[in-house]
Amino acid sequence: MRTIQAVAWKEVQVYFGTPTAYIVGMIFLALTGIVFAFGVVPSENNPFPEATLDTFFTWTSLFLIFLPPALTMRLLAEEQKLGTIELLLTSPVRDWEIIIGKYAASFAFLLAMIALTFYYPILLFIFADPDPGPLYAGYLGLILYGAAALAIGMLTSTITSNQIVALIVGIGVIGALYVVHFSTDIVGGIAAVLISEIGFQAHYEDFGRGVIDTKHIVYFLSVTAVFLFLAIRALEFRRWR
Amino acid sequence: MEDQNTNDIMIRASDLTHFYGPQPAIEDVNFGVKRGEILGFLGPNGAGKTTTMRILTGFMPPTEGKVTLADYDVVEQSLEVRKRIGYLPETVPLHTEMQVTSYLKYMGTLRGMPSRQIKRRVGEVIDVCRLEDYHKTIIGKLSKGFRQRVGIAQAILHEPEVLVLDEPTIGIDPIQVVETRRLIQELGKEQTVVLSSHILPEVNMICERVLIIHEGHIVAEDTPGNLAQRLQGVDQLQVEVGGPVQDVLSVLRRVTGVSEVTQRYNQGRNVFVVHVQEGRDLRDEISRAIVSNGWSLLSMQLVSMSLEDIFLRLTTHEEL
Repeated sequence: MRTIQAVAWKEVQVYFGTPTAYIVGMIFLALTGIVFAFGVVPSENNPFPEATLDTFFTWTSLFLIFLPPALTMRLLAEEQKLGTIELLLTSPVRDWEIIIGKYAASFAFLLAMIALTFYYPILLFIFADPDPGPLYAGYLGLILYGAAALAIGMLTSTITSNQIVALIVGIGVIGALYVVHFSTDIVGGIAAVLISEIGFQAHYEDFGRGVIDTKHIVYFLSVTAVFLFLAIRALEFRRWR
Repeated sequence: MEDQNTNDIMIRASDLTHFYGPQPAIEDVNFGVKRGEILGFLGPNGAGKTTTMRILTGFMPPTEGKVTLADYDVVEQSLEVRKRIGYLPETVPLHTEMQVTSYLKYMGTLRGMPSRQIKRRVGEVIDVCRLEDYHKTIIGKLSKGFRQRVGIAQAILHEPEVLVLDEPTIGIDPIQVVETRRLIQELGKEQTVVLSSHILPEVNMICERVLIIHEGHIVAEDTPGNLAQRLQGVDQLQVEVGGPVQDVLSVLRRVTGVSEVTQRYNQGRNVFVVHVQEGRDLRDEISRAIVSNGWSLLSMQLVSMSLEDIFLRLTTHEEL
C-alpha cells in the first residue's frame, strides 16, 4: 500500500509540477465551459433553455476521447524512454503496484479536473431550479467513463516508450469504442446489439437521463479492470522481452 | 564446513544464458560472489556485462540458468532479491524533473524504508556522496558527474546487502573518478559489491576478484594479483639477436619449453618475443642456442605480463 502511495504521490507531484497537465486541464475547462454556456444561455434556436447539463454531458464525453490519454501517455512511456524503468523494476515493487499507483494519480487528476466543473451545476442551482437526479447520475457516468478511458491510456503508455504513440493509439482505442455505436444502424440484428453493448455510448447515455443502472456501472468498471489488467501483463511481459 | 561455505556465498549464478534474438549475449556463465567481496566484471563493451547485471538485479530473467542471491532465486523470489540490492544502471537513469532530495525520498519509499529511516539516510547519503550544495537542485540541471553521485546515492540509500554497479565511473571527470573509486572501496568493506568496468586499472584498484568476460563467456577468473602471476608462468623473453630472421626463429622454436616465438623490428633492431611455458626459466638454453649458431646475443629481457596484457590477449585475440 505504501509503495502504491509512493508511486501515486510522485506522479501527482509531477502533474502539478509540469505544464502538460495544466494545459490539459485548461483545455478541458475551456471546452466544457463553452458547451455548458451553449446549453443554458438563451439563443435564437433555443429561446427557453432548460436548466440541465445535457449538452455538457454529451459534449464532455467527446472531449474525454482525447484528454485521458494525454494525462496517461507520460506515465510509463517516459520511464521506458529515460530508462528509469530499470530502477523501478529492480525496486521491491510489484508490477501491479506500479500500474495501480500511476493509474491512481491520473484518476486523481481527472477527478480534480471534473471537480472544477462543479460550478456549472452550482450556477444552475443559483439561477434556476434544476432536477438534481440527472446531475448526480451524469457526473457519476462521466467519472466512470473517464476511469475507463484512463485505463486504456495506461495500457497504451505501457506498450511503448514513445509518448506520442501512446497518445495516438489511446485516442484510437477510446475513439473506436465511442463511435462503434453509430455502426449499429448499418449492421442491424443481433450484431447491432452486440456492437452497441461493447461501445461506450449505449452505457453512457442513460446516466445523462438520470438513470443509474448497475449494468452500466459494471460495464465501465469491467472495461477499466480489463485494461488495467492488460497493462500489468504488458509490464510483466516487458521483462521477458 | 560445507554449511559455512554456503552461508558465505552471497550470489551464485549457474549456467546463465541470455538471448536477444538469435545471438546469445551471454552463454553458460557461472560464478559465485562471497559475502563482503568486491567482484569486478571486466570486459570490452558488448561483452555481456550489462546483461549479466540486469539478470542479477531481477530486471530481466535469463533465457536459461539460475541465479540465487542470499539463497533467494532471482526469478522465483524476485521481490526478496530486489529488497537486498542497490543498483546503479549503466546510463544512470534519473527522474530529471525531480529535486535531488525528493527523488531520494521517493526511492526510499519504493524500497519500503520507514519514513524516519528515510529521513536519516537521505541526509547521510547526501553527505557521503558530497551532494550537500545540490540537494534542492532539479536533477535535470546537474552535470553528468553529479548525476552519477545521485545514482550512487540512491543505490546505497537503503543499505542493501549487495551493490550492483554497472560502469560506475564512466563519463565522469578524473577527480570524481578517484573519489568514486574510493567511495566504492569504502562501501565494499561492509557490503558485497559487484561492479563492471572496461577500464583495467579501475578493476585492479578496487576489486578483490576479477571475472574477465568476453563475447558472453567468462574467460578468466582470479584476484588481480593472481591473474598477473598466473601469466608470469607464461613468461615472455624479449631477445635481441644479430642473425638471419628465419633461421633464428626456427632455432628458437626448437628449444624445448618454448611455446611460441614472434619477431618484430624495434627501431631497426631485430627483436624476438619468446613465450615460455609455465614456470620455466629458459634464459640459459636460449642464449646457448643463439651463441652456438654463431649469432650475437645483443640483449635479453624478462617481461612479465600486466593484467592489461592479459586483458588485451583475452579480449582481442581474434584481431591479433
